[in-house]
Amino acid sequence: MDFSSYKLDGFYDELFESPNSPHPGARVLLEKLGELSKDELQKRHQAAELALMNMGITFNVYGSEAGVEKIFPFDIIPRIVSHTDWTYIEKGLVQRIQALNLFLCDIYADQKILKDGIIPRYVIDTAKEFLKPCVDLSPPRGLWCHISGIDLVRDKDGQFYILEDNLRCPSGVSYVLENREVLKRIFPEVFEASHVRHVDDYPAQLLNTLRSLSPPHVTSPTVVLLTPGIYNSAYFEHAFLAQQMGIELVEGRDLVVTDGTVAMRTTRGFQRIDVIYRRIDADFIDPKVFRPDSMLGVPGLMEAYKKGQVAIANAPGTGIADDKVVYAYVPQIIKYYLNEDILLPNVPTYVCWDDKQREHVLENLDTLVVKAANESGGYGMLIGVNSTRAEREDFANRITQNPRNYIAQPTIALSRSPILVDDHFEGRHVDLRPYVLCNGEDTYVLPGGLTRVALKKGSLVVNSSQGGGSKDTWVLYDSDDPFVPYRHLSQTH
Amino acid sequence: MLSRAAESIYWMSRYLERAENVARFIEVNCHLMLDLPVEAKGQWEPLVLTTGDQHLFYENYATDNQANVIDFLTFSPVNPNSILSCLQNARENARSIREIISTEMWEQINKFYLQVQNIDKPQAQDAPHTYFTDIIMASHLFTGIQRNTMSHNEAWQFAQLGRALERADKTSRILDVKYFFLLPEGDDVGTLYDNIQWSALLKSTTALEMYRKQFGPIEPHNVINFLILNREFPRAIRYCLFEANQSLHTISGTPEGSFQNPSEQVLGRLLAELDYTSIDEIITRGLHEYLDAFQTRLNQIDNAVFETFFTISPSTSTA
Repeated sequence: MDFSSYKLDGFYDELFESPNSPHPGARVLLEKLGELSKDELQKRHQAAELALMNMGITFNVYGSEAGVEKIFPFDIIPRIVSHTDWTYIEKGLVQRIQALNLFLCDIYADQKILKDGIIPRYVIDTAKEFLKPCVDLSPPRGLWCHISGIDLVRDKDGQFYILEDNLRCPSGVSYVLENREVLKRIFPEVFEASHVRHVDDYPAQLLNTLRSLSPPHVTSPTVVLLTPGIYNSAYFEHAFLAQQMGIELVEGRDLVVTDGTVAMRTTRGFQRIDVIYRRIDADFIDPKVFRPDSMLGVPGLMEAYKKGQVAIANAPGTGIADDKVVYAYVPQIIKYYLNEDILLPNVPTYVCWDDKQREHVLENLDTLVVKAANESGGYGMLIGVNSTRAEREDFANRITQNPRNYIAQPTIALSRSPILVDDHFEGRHVDLRPYVLCNGEDTYVLPGGLTRVALKKGSLVVNSSQGGGSKDTWVLYDSDDPFVPYRHLSQTH
Repeated sequence: MLSRAAESIYWMSRYLERAENVARFIEVNCHLMLDLPVEAKGQWEPLVLTTGDQHLFYENYATDNQANVIDFLTFSPVNPNSILSCLQNARENARSIREIISTEMWEQINKFYLQVQNIDKPQAQDAPHTYFTDIIMASHLFTGIQRNTMSHNEAWQFAQLGRALERADKTSRILDVKYFFLLPEGDDVGTLYDNIQWSALLKSTTALEMYRKQFGPIEPHNVINFLILNREFPRAIRYCLFEANQSLHTISGTPEGSFQNPSEQVLGRLLAELDYTSIDEIITRGLHEYLDAFQTRLNQIDNAVFETFFTISPSTSTA
């Protein structure tokens, strides 16, 4: 199947430089795809869907007949990131996470950044995700955020921008690993010929990161993953990661705090726990400290955490960095703590609590994208260019009534990547979520990431809750480095 | 291991075993009907009795014909013991211990569930043999995968324990029900018709061939002996309890022949009784009475396992 009729429509394309002329890194892929017939490609697409179905990588369809499950939509044409682009992304992410960790340390302690007037105190005082019980906590190694997923987008000119920080419980990494698994099965020959960096090291890196948080005297720490349970939409990922790391997958009801330490109920009595990888929002982890109605957490957990009896990743309180108003200040945060200029720029952002900026936003609602400060998943959002008058009026109202809760950004013409639509290819908008691990000494960026794709024609919303799917993301080795592509060696055997 | 996870794998295993047994009952009965004289073809009710869900059945169906019974036992969502319900439960349990079982096990249980969910019901009714054999084979495939892809660790032993107890339960139930229906027809004893019935009973537990190797001709006394007291056949009650007992002792580390918790005590005692019981004693006492008492004892074991391993509260803390 060829791409001769594939149109770029003026967008930046992840596989093509110009019509019929692929980026250097995409040439092998497109050549190999060209050798496959329509039928063959369709067949492989079905094989991929069947594999995902059999793996049970499904979600329940709400509001439909009981027991109806669907796979998360997956497009088989990978998205490719060149070595040069990746090196740049990696540097930018490491810088950002380092700065945000310093910010978290400061904001829950001395708040120097407020005293020095870099961020207005008002922003923090009114932040929903600034958790008062976390003030003066001192997480192990002074590190708050160990695991993050940062959303990147690319504009018309190919420039990468940071769209959103996810420092609470970012999900999606299991799809990165499973998508790769599926693609290796269905496109072995294409995969073989491209020099793709592998992603399967992630669980081992994650486990190392988690183990590094345990108290120094514990030689063989017990690490667990805390999940809300099987009805959570990310449960598949929780189980997958626990399985890959060989650690216990626990629910709140499996845990108990006795004598100031956290233990799990086992068939042989209670067993002490040293590190918890939480996949539950901080609000829910301890009904004694946060939401008293939470059934998912463990009463007394925060007390044990404060006393250093257990480590939690990410530390409760990291959500303040996800606040979209705080996001607007990240360039200043990087400058303040690292004395560096931001490498991967933010999307220009208007904060609506500022009178002047709000005025501009209200006058330009038809061209801007408005977002609520603490929503995610594509909710609480207005895309001006696609909106009706009534929707704009609704948002104007909301902004006026609660300006602190809204930001606005210019509409980015998100880059596109081809997807298979029946018997031909069409371009669809994509974003990219790389995953970053910090253990205090090193920062590891998984060479890959989740490429989310808006499957609906023309749509700019890539979230799975809004009709988005995913693609495998191929980060390529440096083609000039003779040592890297191991496959050259094996081919001479 | 986590108590919750131990309970989940125990039930995952029980539900799968249950589904397989129901499929075999149906498959064998369909065959049996082909061999029976026309006037005796109404024998579908005993299948419902075997599962103990007769009240639920008559609440939902007017008559106990083949189509209704197969529907109830295979697809019915209101029947918690239908094959589909069992697989759904087994799968939900497996889902909650995804990190304990191997990926291969998960994929097989998942495929198995989808396979039954997607069965074309009218076709299954028309050609039951193919469909129910496929279900039985899917279950065998799962047990093989479990044996060969998962460490034979504590979790695995809980799965074995669940399966063995479920099997013992099912063999005792089918024996009880079939015996009840087989015996009263005094005139038929020793006839071809009688033989067919007893063979069907053995087939329901895949025991016919192994029985013949040991005893040769079909003889009710020997059939009962084989299904209750045999030490080598994997679906014989004695064998199942022996396996359950081994798993239990591997889990706890208590030497066999002694006990340290209530589950070991009740199971060990029942096993010892079986070891020193003769078939004549069982018949003299009355098979139905014997099996009834046996069922009660099995329930006690299940409760004891629950108390010993699955519920622990901070008051018993050793931490």
